[in-house]
Amino acid sequence: MIRKNHKTLHLFIGLVATLAMLLSACTAAAPAGSGETASDGAADTAASGGEEAASSGAGIGDRDPKTLVILYWQAASLPGPYLSGGTKDQDAGAITLEPLANVAPDGTFVPKLATEIPTVENGGISEDLTTITWKLKEGVKWSDGSDFTADDVVFTWEYCTDPDTGCTQLSRFEGVTNVEAVDDYTVKVTFDKPTPFMYTAFVTVGSPIISRAQFGDCVGAAAQTCNEQNTLPLGTGPYKIVDFKVNDVATYERNENYHGEPAYFDKVVFKGGGDAVGAARAVLETGEADYAWNLQVEPDVLAEMESGGNGAIITHFGGNVERILVNQTNPDPDLGDLRSEYDNGENPHPFLTFKPIPQAMSMAIDRNLIAEQLYGFAGQATCNVIPAPDYYASTANDSCLTQDLEGAKALLDENDVVDSDGDGIREYNGVPLKVRYQTSTNSVRQKTQALIKQWWSEIGIDTELLNHDAGVYFGGDPNSNDTYQKFFTDVEMYTTGPSIDPQQHLSEWICDQMPSKENLWGGNNIFRGCNAEYDELYQQLTSTPIGPEREDIVKQLNDINVQNYYQIPLVHRGSVSATINGLEGVEMNGGWDTEMWNIAEWSRSE
Amino acid sequence: MGQYIIRRLLTAIPTLLLISFVIFAVLDLAPGDPTGALPETIKPEVRQAIREAMGLDKPMPVKYALWIRQFFVCEPLALLEENMDTNFTFDDSFCKLRLTSWGSRGTPVFDLISQRFPQTMWVVGSAYLLAILIAIPIGVISATRQYSMFDQIGTFFSIVGYSLPTFFTGILLIILFSVKLGWFPSIYDTNLEIRSWSTFVKQIKQMVLPVMVLGLFQAAAVARYTRSSMLDNLPLDYVRTVRAKGFREAYIVVRHVLRNSLIPVVTLIALGIPAIFGGAIITEQIFKVNGLGQLLILSMQVNDIPVVQTLIFIFAVLVVGFNFIADIIYGFLDPRIRFE
Repeated sequence: MIRKNHKTLHLFIGLVATLAMLLSACTAAAPAGSGETASDGAADTAASGGEEAASSGAGIGDRDPKTLVILYWQAASLPGPYLSGGTKDQDAGAITLEPLANVAPDGTFVPKLATEIPTVENGGISEDLTTITWKLKEGVKWSDGSDFTADDVVFTWEYCTDPDTGCTQLSRFEGVTNVEAVDDYTVKVTFDKPTPFMYTAFVTVGSPIISRAQFGDCVGAAAQTCNEQNTLPLGTGPYKIVDFKVNDVATYERNENYHGEPAYFDKVVFKGGGDAVGAARAVLETGEADYAWNLQVEPDVLAEMESGGNGAIITHFGGNVERILVNQTNPDPDLGDLRSEYDNGENPHPFLTFKPIPQAMSMAIDRNLIAEQLYGFAGQATCNVIPAPDYYASTANDSCLTQDLEGAKALLDENDVVDSDGDGIREYNGVPLKVRYQTSTNSVRQKTQALIKQWWSEIGIDTELLNHDAGVYFGGDPNSNDTYQKFFTDVEMYTTGPSIDPQQHLSEWICDQMPSKENLWGGNNIFRGCNAEYDELYQQLTSTPIGPEREDIVKQLNDINVQNYYQIPLVHRGSVSATINGLEGVEMNGGWDTEMWNIAEWSRSE
Repeated sequence: MGQYIIRRLLTAIPTLLLISFVIFAVLDLAPGDPTGALPETIKPEVRQAIREAMGLDKPMPVKYALWIRQFFVCEPLALLEENMDTNFTFDDSFCKLRLTSWGSRGTPVFDLISQRFPQTMWVVGSAYLLAILIAIPIGVISATRQYSMFDQIGTFFSIVGYSLPTFFTGILLIILFSVKLGWFPSIYDTNLEIRSWSTFVKQIKQMVLPVMVLGLFQAAAVARYTRSSMLDNLPLDYVRTVRAKGFREAYIVVRHVLRNSLIPVVTLIALGIPAIFGGAIITEQIFKVNGLGQLLILSMQVNDIPVVQTLIFIFAVLVVGFNFIADIIYGFLDPRIRFE
């Protein structure tokens, strides 16, 4: 009995001690944290004051300056895009594998293994838009010293399009009926129909050239067994891969056979693992890595790390836009099978198809606030669904960048959408403006929802917020009512966007693409808007070659979509990475091509 | 004793077969698709082709039979071949393929495991060893000097160590020792080869933080068990008898009390060893150590079923094996325990 009491007493002391420890740790941590921000603030002021606010940054420490350490918090499982579809894998491949051409951050095409970009003007693309002829650089060698020729390009096509290879980049070769080597340094790619944008096959990180000599026996089912080839592919790029540890680290050395200026670094280490915050810390605080990728970190945490002065945050904005889709059909649950069905236009939404209402909803949103507060480095307010590259971005809708609550109210009043029964909610034809607003479960999205709900309530629109697990919402299971494709609510929000050529993305919004019960919600015209003008213009786009005319059509298509309020664009989302001080030549390019696209030019200031 | 060992070994076979079937069935029934992690731009037909290339379309019993053959026949043969440079003639028709990972297509699962095994042994193993070496003396001294200052401090650290999760202590140590002081790296360099004194020092330096995190947690548990088990034994009659014989206290404690107190501790340690192989998932993730725990979690994330199956099954084998070893050790510690 006595022993037992002792034990209890003992436990009690232990608990008190632990509590005391935790409390002291907390109290100790809090002032330390706030002290840090305070001193950082001071450092900022000093820096803006002009003089040396000597950065306390760790620099690269005692690391070898001729070794480049790149940190991806998702580790690469294979170097190269063909058997593994992740960005991490493509990027690990891009350090050694090269395509015929890359896309620069501004959306222009840059030849890599090709001598120039084929166009209709220079005769590289046939007048009927069915063939493209690439001229290859001569004298290019693989990293083992063997010759690179047009035959390797043909082989790359054969390799990926063999159905048994299980190639993840098959869509790159869609419409390609033949790839032939006209001579050792000329490749002719033939398409099955006039194709205005032909820079799909062999262009960008997703479609680099691999060696026939190396992969010749790895086509089809054998691709799965070629372990050595898959993990150590020969490349033509500035570095050659010398070691690959699956899901961990890839090591590269300078490629003596590179066709350009010899690369600066002796060695490149492509390390994976950990999490985004840890990756940011390794560059910005401890200096253990030179480059950290995809820093999906709370904006204020990232800003505080950057203020340490050891490195910089870099961003690039591709095509992704977080947008609200406005349901053009009626999602009323009482409709049963007709819920959110287009039904040849017989089932319109009771009030969202009346343009002034979604227009007012758009005007009520402060996009800059959402972008700055919730997305930080990774977001910019936008009014377009095709936000980039610059030559495709419309400027006709920029007025949406300023929030206009009064204007929105006035617009509704003018159109006789008023609150007639005094409950604070406006009515249209007797239907109260109550919307259900769904998105995926994600803290940034829920915060966005809350802000927008507030603004909409100010203009007399009542909002019910819903969120679904991303696996369900984006999962596409036809048996679930919570998928974005079924769209059983009035509005919904998610991110999508075009690649460098927006035709594929724009094709999703023609009338034929309408999801319905009949096609198991397979279409991509998620908002269910059918617009004859849009369809006609889209048909024109499919036969218009790259040039000013095409740019104009893209802008018009964007404007039709946005000005009919099928979609309300919110935030243009970018990729965020970090570089250490002294790392030079980096041109951030997350949107169109790989961030490693110009790694040949990276160097360290001495 | 010999009979007992043989009997135990024989019963282990159906146990492991059953375990392997359950693992296989659960993973097979679980939703998820290895092509699910691929980008959304990949078309359904392409996904289907990839699935077929991976052999996913076969019915479950067939897949299980293939896996059993692969695991128990082909893989050992392949390993033998690699080590002995021989070639088995029936190899080509019977065991055409190695058991390969889906995530990184083509890499044999056992290559992945052997690549990662050393890191796990270095980091988790040394943490475990260190923890035992520190914890047992702490437990013994705490028990013999109950409620002394040493005991209080020991108890305090044990409870702190046991209750703080490793993801908390890990980040705390990184911020303290990597960011603020800059003494130790927060990224484990898996390319480091120990060739000289300086690389050895580097290896030790990069092991310090993960070993500290894991060691604190392990030591806490072992110290608590040792202490309470010692306390149970100290007031017993046999201890008084030994004391009455006039032996030195240190001899009594180590030779008699500790030996008798070790049985629960041995259970804890022996059953903890399989956890070395798979239990340091969080710590490995934080410090970017490419160990087996990280392999398991990454494979789960991308639905890399062959790797998950193999790893879990290896863990199961280890659990069964160390259970058995613990039972044998009981016999040495306490001769009264008989295996009949």
